[in-house]
Amino acid sequence: MDLKFTTETYRDDFSFRNSPEAIRRYPFPFHADSYMYAINMEDHVAGKPGTAYEHPIDVDEHYISEMADRALVLKEDPLRCQALSHMMTAQWDTLELLMIHQSIAYPDLFTLERDKDKCHWINRPLGIDDKFIFGDRSTLPYEPMEYIMRQSQGDFCIVDQRDNSLWMDAGMVTCQADWSLDFDIGMSFMEWHAPVPMAHELGIFDRALKFLMNVQQGRPARRLNWTMTVNPRLDTSPENYHKWGSEKTTVTKENIGAKLHLRCELQSFWRLPRSNALLFPIRQYLISLNDIATIPKWACRMHRVLKTIPDPLAEYKGFSRNRQLAIDFFAPFDNGQETTKGADPE
Amino acid sequence: MTVHTEMSVTVTDIELVADAIKQFTLERVDGQPMPAFAPGAHIVVSMMDAGRLRRNPYSLMSSPRDPWNFRISVLRVERSRGGSVFMHDVIAVGDTLTISQPVNLFPVDILARRNLFIAGGVGITPFIPMMEVLNEKGGVFELYYSIRSRSHGAFWSEMSALYPNRVKIAVGAEGYRFDYHELLINQPLGTHLYVCGPKLMLEHIFNIARDLGWAQENLHFELFLAPPSGSPFTAKLASSGKEIVVAEHQSLLESVEEAGVDAPFLCRAGACGQCETRVLASDGEIIHNDIFLTDEERKSGTKIMPCVSRFVGVGLTIEL
Repeated sequence: MDLKFTTETYRDDFSFRNSPEAIRRYPFPFHADSYMYAINMEDHVAGKPGTAYEHPIDVDEHYISEMADRALVLKEDPLRCQALSHMMTAQWDTLELLMIHQSIAYPDLFTLERDKDKCHWINRPLGIDDKFIFGDRSTLPYEPMEYIMRQSQGDFCIVDQRDNSLWMDAGMVTCQADWSLDFDIGMSFMEWHAPVPMAHELGIFDRALKFLMNVQQGRPARRLNWTMTVNPRLDTSPENYHKWGSEKTTVTKENIGAKLHLRCELQSFWRLPRSNALLFPIRQYLISLNDIATIPKWACRMHRVLKTIPDPLAEYKGFSRNRQLAIDFFAPFDNGQETTKGADPE
Repeated sequence: MTVHTEMSVTVTDIELVADAIKQFTLERVDGQPMPAFAPGAHIVVSMMDAGRLRRNPYSLMSSPRDPWNFRISVLRVERSRGGSVFMHDVIAVGDTLTISQPVNLFPVDILARRNLFIAGGVGITPFIPMMEVLNEKGGVFELYYSIRSRSHGAFWSEMSALYPNRVKIAVGAEGYRFDYHELLINQPLGTHLYVCGPKLMLEHIFNIARDLGWAQENLHFELFLAPPSGSPFTAKLASSGKEIVVAEHQSLLESVEEAGVDAPFLCRAGACGQCETRVLASDGEIIHNDIFLTDEERKSGTKIMPCVSRFVGVGLTIEL
C-alpha cells in the first residue's frame, strides 16, 4: 500500500490539493457528453486498481485531513451526528461493516482482531488502538456509529426500512452538498427528496425507492451524484451557508480554474445484516477545474455537459451563477471530436 | 445481473422434528462464521435434483446470535415438483449444499407497539428467531400457531415452554381452530400482524384484516408457495435470443436459469416482485400464480412473474 497522506485544510486558507495520482483516480461522473438524471445504479463491486472503485470503502491521501476537518465540524455542531434510539443495532452493524472493509482493503493501515464479541481495533493513521466488546456501548468512547464514522471518509446515513418506505433515522453528515441531517432526521425517503426538481415527474424516486428496498446483503449497489463547490470546502451545509454562500460571488475568469471545484459523490447502498437497515455512505471527491483540465478527455466533456445541462438542474445544484464562466473555461479544450466512451481518463 | 454471493455449506445434522418435517443444520465448508441476519430472513438453497438445478427458499430458524450455523426446516411435499422430496430423501449428513446470503423480505417492524404472529404448519420457522430477539429486547408479541395434529406440527412444545403465556396452539385433529375474526377485532390499535403459512390461510386472514380497516403498513406476510406444476410450454426469450421449454415440474424461472440466462429473483414465491418480466407477445393464457401483480396488470397480459406463473398456449415471448 503506497498511500502518502497529505496535510491540508478545507477552510480558511484552503490548502487542499490533489496529487497527480489522486486526479487520475478521480471518480469522474460523466459517462457521456451530456447529463440528465438517471437512477444510474450499478453493483458496487471492486473496480480496477488505481481507481476510486478499487475497494468498496475507499481510503485516499486526504484521509487524515478529512477526519481533522470532521472533528472541527462536530465540535462546533454536535447535531451533525444523530441516531434515533431504535437504531442501536444498526449502529453496531455499521461499525462492523466499516471496520471489516477498511481492514481487509488496507491491512497496513487498519487491523480488526476478533474473538467472539471481543474486538481489538487498530487505526494507525489516526493513532487509535482500542479494545471493546461488540454490542456493549460502554466499552467505546462514543456510540458505535460516531466512533467509526469519525474514522471513515465521507458522510453516512443509516436508513431504517419499514412501512414500505425508508426513514432517515441516523447518520453523520459533516461534508454535505447543502442538506441537513438535523432537518431531515426521521423523514421518509419521499419527504427528504421532495426538493429535487424534475426527477419526481420522471418517476425516478418511485423506482429508486423500490430498488433500494430490495438491496440485499452481500450485494451493495452504487451511483454517482455531483455538484459544483466554490473553494475546496467540505462543509457546505445549510447551517453554515453564511460562511460559504457568498463565496459564489468571488469567482472570476482569472481565478475560476483554482477556485471552482467539481464535487462528485460516490453513493453506495448496503443492507445491514442484524437490523435489516440500509447504510448509505456518501463519499465526496473534490477536484479543481485546473486539475480536470490536465485530463483532455474530461475537460472536453465538461464543456459539453455544462453547456447542455437543463437550467433547473444548474439552479438546484447551485452553480447557475458561475455556469457561463465554467463553460468559457473549458471551451478551449473542446476539439469538436467525439470523446471515447465511459468516464476513464483516456 | 444476479451476483449472488453464494457459499458452500455442509449438512452437519438432520433431525426429523415432525411427521414430515426435517430440520437441517448447515455449517460453512470454509469454517468461517455465517453471515449475520435479522429475524425473518430466508436463504435460497441450490440443489442438483436429478440433473436439474433447483433453488428453494427456506426461512432461517436458528438463533441470530449463533454465528456458527444456520438451521432450516423443510416440509416434505408429496407429489411436488421436487426440492423438498430431494432434501428429505437424498440429502444426508456430510453432504454439501450451496446457499445464498440471507435475504429478508419479512422483517419485524422495530417500532411496532405490539406484534401478532400467526403461523400455519411449517410457517412457524421465521417466528422462532423473531420471538427470541423480541423476547430479549422486551418487545410485545403473541403467537397463534395452527397445526394439523400434534405429531404433524413442529416446535410447538418448545415454543409453548419458552413463552408460556404468549403462544397459543390450535390442533386441527383435536377439533380446534382459531377464530381469526375474533382475534383481529380485539387487537389494540397499532398492532402489526405477521402471517406465515399456506396461501389460503394468508388470504383469509388478510381479508378479515382489510375488512376491519387495518392499515396496509401493519400487514406483513411470508408465503410458502412452491412453484405450481402444469403442462409443459415453450417460451421465447427476446433479449437473449433463446427458446426454452418449461417442463411439467419446473418453473419458468428455473427453465430460464437452466438455459444460462441470468434473471433477477428474490423470494421465488410470487410475492416480492423482483422477477417481474414484460410479456412481449403471447397467444394463449398466462396462469398468474403470484400475489404481486394487480388485477389490472393481470388483465393487461403484459407482465408475468416467472418464479411461479405459467402459460398455456403458443408464442409466449418475454423480455429476458
